Amino acid sequence: MIRSEIIRDIAPILRDQLVVCNIGLPSQELHMIDDQASTFYMLGTMGLSSSIGLGVALAQQKTVISIDGDGSVLTNLGTLPTIANNVADNFILLIIDNGSYGSTGDQPTYAGKKTSLTAVARACGCENVIECHAEETGVVLQAAIDSKVMTVIVAKCESGNIKVPVITKDPVVIRDRFMNEVVRTDE
Amino acid sequence: MSVSKKIVNDFVANGIEFVTTVPCKQLGGVIAAVEKEPSIYHIPSNKEDEGMGLCAGAFMGGKRPAIIMQNTAIGVTVNTLVTLTQFYRMPLPMLISYRGELKEPVACQVEMAVHTKALLNQLNIPTYHFHQPGDEQELDAILKYTFMCNKPVAILTDATFWGGY
Ligand SMILES: [Mg+2]
Repeated sequence: MIRSEIIRDIAPILRDQLVVCNIGLPSQELHMIDDQASTFYMLGTMGLSSSIGLGVALAQQKTVISIDGDGSVLTNLGTLPTIANNVADNFILLIIDNGSYGSTGDQPTYAGKKTSLTAVARACGCENVIECHAEETGVVLQAAIDSKVMTVIVAKCESGNIKVPVITKDPVVIRDRFMNEVVRTDE
Repeated sequence: MSVSKKIVNDFVANGIEFVTTVPCKQLGGVIAAVEKEPSIYHIPSNKEDEGMGLCAGAFMGGKRPAIIMQNTAIGVTVNTLVTLTQFYRMPLPMLISYRGELKEPVACQVEMAVHTKALLNQLNIPTYHFHQPGDEQELDAILKYTFMCNKPVAILTDATFWGGY
């Protein structure tokens, strides 16, 4: 299974949640598969999906899922101690770990070599870290949502990409519709 | 009342409830006052671009943010300022310790000080410079301006303003 197949699998679960989606192919894939106003697509700024998501989670009550990559977490490794020490039980960090920098041509990352992001997250103090196979991602993600406990998920998958169009939506539109979803109350 | 307490009071009066900090000796008093203020969630960050990500999230989650950092951070955060804060039009007051100005004892700090205003100018970031004691009177208006225009805004505070080392 590759990242786009995981995203296709979990899209029905993501639909009802606030989602912050990583720059590049992950955002483009999710946007193509199931565009939702409740998804904040990152058009730049590699590495900050987890930081943005944690900020949203700490500021309000709804569940927030940050979709991140192994390469992006390595870029902003300082995020893991911050997450561990600022527990938001409405926050889930989903790291799709394909062991490569997918958006730039699948160059290998250290997470695909000797470095375990699961072990790093635990060493940083994150208390609920679950590593799973790609196929289990949906089940693990749904359980994390239902648990209402801050969870870091490391979903291991194969590297590889599909052809997707770039996102041409205006960033202010993306931000505005996301903020409207933050404050929307279900009737 | 101390200048640090006055600054934090202006934060509170302008609805700022989420403050991230990267440590600085010169801003130590403000950071301590932020930590003590019960209406502010203080979240130390490990690097300033991480902090700007947290602030972007907090803003979208409905809380007004601010970041406290050194001017060296301008060298770290150019990409984040332009592709996140500015591109998505988000407000971000940046209270900055302007190291490397008059009364600076550490030569290396001057190397970043000489680029600080040039970089901020290049990035079209509105920039205010607190140089004399009392300049903090403008902070309230600067914060209102920041949340009016949805831009990152820099407030440089130097050693003369803080009364030297
Ligand atoms: Mg990857």
